[in-house]
Amino acid sequence: MKNLNKSTQKLLTTIGIIIVLYLVVTIMEATGNLSSLMGGLMVPVCAFSLVAVGLNLCVGYLGELSLGHAGFMCVGAFTSAFFSKVFMNTIPDVPRFILAFIIGTAMAALFGFLIAIPVLRLSGDYLAIVTLAFGEIIKNVINTLYVGIDGNGIHLSIKDMLSLGMEPGGQVIVNGAQGVTGTPRQSTFLISVILLIVVLILTYNFVHSRTGRAVQAIRDNQIAAETVGLPITKYKLIAFTLSAAIAGLGGVLFAHNISSLQATTNTFGYNMSIMILVYVVLGGIGNFRGSVIATAVLYLLPELLRGMQNYRMLIYSVVLIVLMLFNWAPGILKWREKHGFTAAAVTQKFGKKKKEVQ
Amino acid sequence: MSLLEVSSLGISFGGLRAVDEFNLNIEKGELYGLIGPNGAGKTTVFNMLTGIYKPTDGKIFLDGKDITGKKTADINKAGIARTFQNIRLFGDQSVLDNVKIGLHNSFEYGTGTGILRLPKYFSVEKEMDKKALEILSVFGLDKEADVLASNLPYGKQRQLEIARALATNPSLLLLDEPAAGMNPNETKDLMNTIALIRKEFGVTILLIEHDMKLVSGICEKLTVLNFGRVLSQGETSTVLNDPEVIKAYLGE
Repeated sequence: MKNLNKSTQKLLTTIGIIIVLYLVVTIMEATGNLSSLMGGLMVPVCAFSLVAVGLNLCVGYLGELSLGHAGFMCVGAFTSAFFSKVFMNTIPDVPRFILAFIIGTAMAALFGFLIAIPVLRLSGDYLAIVTLAFGEIIKNVINTLYVGIDGNGIHLSIKDMLSLGMEPGGQVIVNGAQGVTGTPRQSTFLISVILLIVVLILTYNFVHSRTGRAVQAIRDNQIAAETVGLPITKYKLIAFTLSAAIAGLGGVLFAHNISSLQATTNTFGYNMSIMILVYVVLGGIGNFRGSVIATAVLYLLPELLRGMQNYRMLIYSVVLIVLMLFNWAPGILKWREKHGFTAAAVTQKFGKKKKEVQ
Repeated sequence: MSLLEVSSLGISFGGLRAVDEFNLNIEKGELYGLIGPNGAGKTTVFNMLTGIYKPTDGKIFLDGKDITGKKTADINKAGIARTFQNIRLFGDQSVLDNVKIGLHNSFEYGTGTGILRLPKYFSVEKEMDKKALEILSVFGLDKEADVLASNLPYGKQRQLEIARALATNPSLLLLDEPAAGMNPNETKDLMNTIALIRKEFGVTILLIEHDMKLVSGICEKLTVLNFGRVLSQGETSTVLNDPEVIKAYLGE
């Protein structure tokens, strides 16, 4: 079981890295060495890391390119924000937050499942284009959605606020393009880090389970997978739904960190989907640790470079190119292998020498 | 009753009649050979038997059950497993995992159990490992269980593909040119392996092959295809001495 052991080691190192970074940031914050702007970016970094992990499950293990994951994040964010606001005064903080996570994730999973049914009939570029369209549809529908609540129950409209026909005492929860405002800000850095670690462990478990093996078999060779009796559609659906659920979880975290949640192109649209894909590709397809690191670096970089206003985007693009070369260029890969800079070699050097787990 | 009964099977791709009036009866425990010149339609027959192509005419019965036009996965569950002419392994997974994927339908635990690693996960995985290693050891591949499938040498990849097919516990095993690209020594090993798996797994085998030494050495019966039609059928020695066969396939 040497192989399994190696990947377990890798997971443990990843968790170690995340915990160390968490401690460093917390200490820096406590001693006043961290700007409040940077401190404020920590929860979004974790949220987008989650979405990147979810997308990596889809791209790296299911082998299908999805450009709609910002849409699933959007579903998770809005359903949970809606729930938290409606029950703001009726359910105590902690159980409400937990329920918000369950509801947001479940709704994203449901949307993922429903969208997967037509989408997984396609593959490759076609699948990417259709998921892109679904992502945009979700964002645009939420942008024109008005939901209010009063004594008579929930009112829905896609025209304007007035057509909700609310009673005087009613409250508008989702206000069209202005989105949801006043969501309780409950996502802390600690909760985000714990969630990220839990999700990393669970996705690791998934990938190394009977179902995960089947999903990878389908990715590697669909015809061979069919001839050994694997139900293709079932496992594709499971993987895509799970991937959407993780993106939704990221959305819940994100929604409970900002006071004003809007479905703009930059937060949940096409731009964001591409950005998350960039995190996944640069972090290494199928490499969850890489996704987390790439997200952290690329999300924080513009803020870190704030001092160099004029050169900011220049440096950002250079970093993108360097990361890409580091992960994909054949010459550099050979050099890394020779000098022990591969993930496996670094893990062996610094990773804990853990005895066989199974 | 025959294990496999194929009656007047045919398929057309547009105007091309690739296979026509194909009949075949294989008894339980037989080692049957399907030969013919390139493009005769041998692999097409395999693809129809495993549901990758849907036949336009004819019927296929496995153990008396009609499996014509069923889904590939269901046909595998009914008892047909196969290998491919151009090897189709799960290259990014270990040798052990390739066989464990073959065992997928014989062992069961849910997705949730796997994600949460409930006790059942550990007990079933342990059984699967044991069974997979057992199958691998028949092929002498157990020492390479942790190697990535794509890193195996060619001959061993072919053997792994057979191991994976056997893991699905089939009653009929289809081998598509198992000796393709092998040197004489490897071919000899392969013949021993085939004899061994017949004994160990009690499986009926239908194989496509070009290597006449292998065919005449191990096949009990033969069917010769030419231009999508059966040219000759019967005991190996009789078929190979049929003047029609010699003319069409072995050269005058």
